Amino acid sequence: MTFSLDATLHARNFDVGLTLGPAETVAVLGPNGAGKSTLLGIIAGLLRPDSGHAVLGQKTLFMLDDGNRHFLPPHARGTALLAQEPLLFPHMTVLENVAFGPRAAGANRASALQTARHWLAEVEAAEFADRRPGQLSGGQAQRVAIARALATDPELLLLDEPMAALDIHAAPMLRRLLKRVLANRRAIIITHDVLDALMLADRAIVIEGGRITEEGPTRAVLEKPRSKFAAGLAGMNLLPGTITGHGLTSDGGLDITAHPEDGAVPGQDGVAVFSPTAVSVFLSAEHGSPRNSFAVTITDLEPHGDQIRIHADGLSADITPAASADLELTSGMTVYFVIKATAIAVYPA
Amino acid sequence: MTPVSARRSKAWTVRKVNRRDTGYTGVPPWVFALAAAGALFVLLPLAAMVAKVNWGQFIPLITSEASLTALGLSLRTSATSTVLCIVLGVPLALVLARASFPGQRLLRAFVLLPLVLPPVVGGIALLYTFGRQGLLGRSLELAGIQIAFSTTAVVLAQTFVALPFLVVSLEGALRTAGTKYEAVAATLGARPTTVLRRVSIPLVLPGLASGAVLSFARCLGEFGATLTFAGSLQGVTRTLPLEIYLQRETDADAAVALSLVLVAVAVAVVGLSYRRPRAQPAEAGPA
Repeated sequence: MTFSLDATLHARNFDVGLTLGPAETVAVLGPNGAGKSTLLGIIAGLLRPDSGHAVLGQKTLFMLDDGNRHFLPPHARGTALLAQEPLLFPHMTVLENVAFGPRAAGANRASALQTARHWLAEVEAAEFADRRPGQLSGGQAQRVAIARALATDPELLLLDEPMAALDIHAAPMLRRLLKRVLANRRAIIITHDVLDALMLADRAIVIEGGRITEEGPTRAVLEKPRSKFAAGLAGMNLLPGTITGHGLTSDGGLDITAHPEDGAVPGQDGVAVFSPTAVSVFLSAEHGSPRNSFAVTITDLEPHGDQIRIHADGLSADITPAASADLELTSGMTVYFVIKATAIAVYPA
Repeated sequence: MTPVSARRSKAWTVRKVNRRDTGYTGVPPWVFALAAAGALFVLLPLAAMVAKVNWGQFIPLITSEASLTALGLSLRTSATSTVLCIVLGVPLALVLARASFPGQRLLRAFVLLPLVLPPVVGGIALLYTFGRQGLLGRSLELAGIQIAFSTTAVVLAQTFVALPFLVVSLEGALRTAGTKYEAVAATLGARPTTVLRRVSIPLVLPGLASGAVLSFARCLGEFGATLTFAGSLQGVTRTLPLEIYLQRETDADAAVALSLVLVAVAVAVVGLSYRRPRAQPAEAGPA
């Protein structure tokens, strides 16, 4: 009972292969326009790939290669899709919305309504049963949308940034709710939020430019990012390059001193990863081993928690507002980012 | 169903719900002057007509047998034509709004043609299709069906001229509604027919209603195509506009009285069912 997908869609420069276990939740991360929604559209049957095949349990969702033109329509797939907007049918009550799936599957009215009540209670929205969608807040509507999707008993639940349109007060409750209902369920969730990925997903994949660039257990992807995107998401600096005996030479030509991890062989492609909090900022070059000192030009400064985050040449550093004021930092200035060798992790990419 | 953020951002624009709201409208004063001129242009002829009504004879004039027969025929045929417009127009609008196929733009142009075609030309075209010597008429004649100069011809003429109103109005509503709800319904397991019946049509019901009302009004006023294709037989094809035209030659008072009846029926129908166009159903309440 696994799900496997292999699909290409040339018009969107999309080529992704993916498999999911029976009760696995996968988080899909990636920049805007990378092909995340295309992935869900293809799985749900709303987009037709040029070639490839997908199997969900016993069902072949599509099989498009030489000679085969099998393409299952969306309603026969058992892949409920939950979007950013709740998209509750405005002309039905909340209860009728949730009963829509069971009704469409052929259940009689009474049992469909019973199923709907069960799922409304499950998302703590039973008291909204007789309301119209227009009378709900964004968070309430999204909870009802989750109930509506679950009421179809989907074999694979597809969630496209389900919390992106909610205000910050509604998101935590919905996240807890999703954690509860996604347990023991197969789901793919697109998110921009590290917290969602960590809390809800067993595994994370990063899609960039229509290809999977990184894949692994969520924690590993965030702790040891290999792509610029995952590093940025985890709030880490990442420099790809070639592993050397004492560290790594970045593609930009920086010679980095660090302690390469076991298994890192000199000459191999690797990445150097370090946290912005490990970076000190100086106005002049600081030497003295085992430290790294890079001259960089500040592009901008922004508040980050109670720190100031300095962006410079694709790297970032967090320093205190007082230090920033003392150094009179402004964008365009050339400064030195100094990082202890022990604060940099180097591992094969 | 508007997302919360969209609802909030609208707080400072004019809420059409409350007419007393003094929000910024952005309409320059001279536009109001021209709009007033436009309204007068429509209202003045109506007022002039009302002024000519012979009120003393009004009731006898409009309750004469010929008048009542014509009015009854007009209402019956217009209602039938509107049903026919819905049966043929809903699929056309769906195909034009949702599907994409070669020749789609051409199809839309041809469906909309009766809007700009002189009705008398439409009548001639129908005559050469369903008339005794027409394209289909000959085969129909062999089957014992004669359409031209019958009540059926009246219905066909009215449907021909009124169909574009329903298609245009419904296609617009379908495009505004978008396909998002339909896609969600499909992923919830609904077959295309179920999606159409339970989601697409209910969502565009206001558009469908206004399209049907416009079609009905157009049917009620239809003259040229009816006269050409169906003739003017009392009780069979002589609808109210034809009766008015006929009476105008002999009894101007009767023509004016019947005109007023036609205006009253049209205003009643349009006023009762044709409301201000709305993008979304009225349910979206405050957050």
